Amino acid sequence: MALPEIEVGQVVAEREYVIDRGSLVRYAGASGDFNPIHYRDDVAASVGLPGVLAHGMLTMGLAVQPVVDWLDGRGWVSGYGVRFTRPVVVDPTEGATVAVTATVGAVDEAGARIDLTVSAAGGTVLGKAQVRVTAL
Amino acid sequence: MPVNPLLTEREFPPTAPYLVGREKVREFARAVLATAPIHHDLAAARAAGFSDVVAPPTFPVVVQEATLAQLLAEPDGGIDFSRVVHGEQRFDYARPVVAGDELTATLRVTSVKSLGGNSMVTAESTIVDSAGAPVVTAVSTLVVRGDDA
Repeated sequence: MALPEIEVGQVVAEREYVIDRGSLVRYAGASGDFNPIHYRDDVAASVGLPGVLAHGMLTMGLAVQPVVDWLDGRGWVSGYGVRFTRPVVVDPTEGATVAVTATVGAVDEAGARIDLTVSAAGGTVLGKAQVRVTAL
Repeated sequence: MPVNPLLTEREFPPTAPYLVGREKVREFARAVLATAPIHHDLAAARAAGFSDVVAPPTFPVVVQEATLAQLLAEPDGGIDFSRVVHGEQRFDYARPVVAGDELTATLRVTSVKSLGGNSMVTAESTIVDSAGAPVVTAVSTLVVRGDDA
C-alpha cells in the first residue's frame, strides 16, 4: 500500500494534547519510570525545577501519535528520534497543553521523513524531532 | 566524581528476556494517548497484517530501561543518577514490536564526552527477539550534570 501523495513542506497533522498529573501517574505505571520529579512538587522544588515535569518519554510518545493516525495502516514508523530541549511543566490544576505539528521533511521511494514541531507554554520542547515512515 | 571515560565501548551482558504482554501494550498505548485500533484491538491488528496488538513506537523504552539500569549500577561508572537528564533518544526499528514478542536487550556504550562541566554518555541497546533477529535499536544520550551545572 502506498503513502498518500505528499510533498515537502506539507502539514500532514496538527494536534493538541492536554496532560495532567493523572497522565503522569499513568505513564509512570506503564513505563516503570517512577522518578518523583514527575509526581511530587516538593521533590521537584528541592532539585531546583520550576515544577513537576512530564516524563520526556511521555512527550516523545504522544508527539508521534498524529503521524501514526495519519498513516492509518498505509505505512509504519521505522525510525524516530528527538532531543529533549526544554521540560514540560505540568501545573497541578491546569495541567499542560502539548501542541504537535507534523510536516513532510523529505520524500523518497521507500517513504518519507516527517518533522515534528512540539511545543508547550509557547516554547519548543523537542528538538530535531524526526519520524521516518516506511510505506507498507 | 566524573563519568569514567573508560566506559566507552563497554558492552553489558544481555538482559533477561522480556515477554511483551497484550495488556501491557494496551496500558502503554493508553498512557501515551495512542488511540489507533492496532494498539488495542486484536482483530484490527490482525487485519493490518500483524500477529497481535502492535506496541506504540516508544514502547521499547520499557525494555531498554533494564539496560540503562545496568549502566547506572556499574561500580566504576561514576554516574550519579540524581544528576542525570535525558538528552536525546532515538529508535530504529527492523519491524514493529507486537504482543507475544520475547525481547532481549544488549547495551553498549558508544561515547563518553565532556562538555562545559557536564558529561554526555551515549549508549546503544540492541533489542532482538527470541530467534535472535533484530527488532529495534534504541540509542540514549544521558547528560550527567557536573557540580556547577
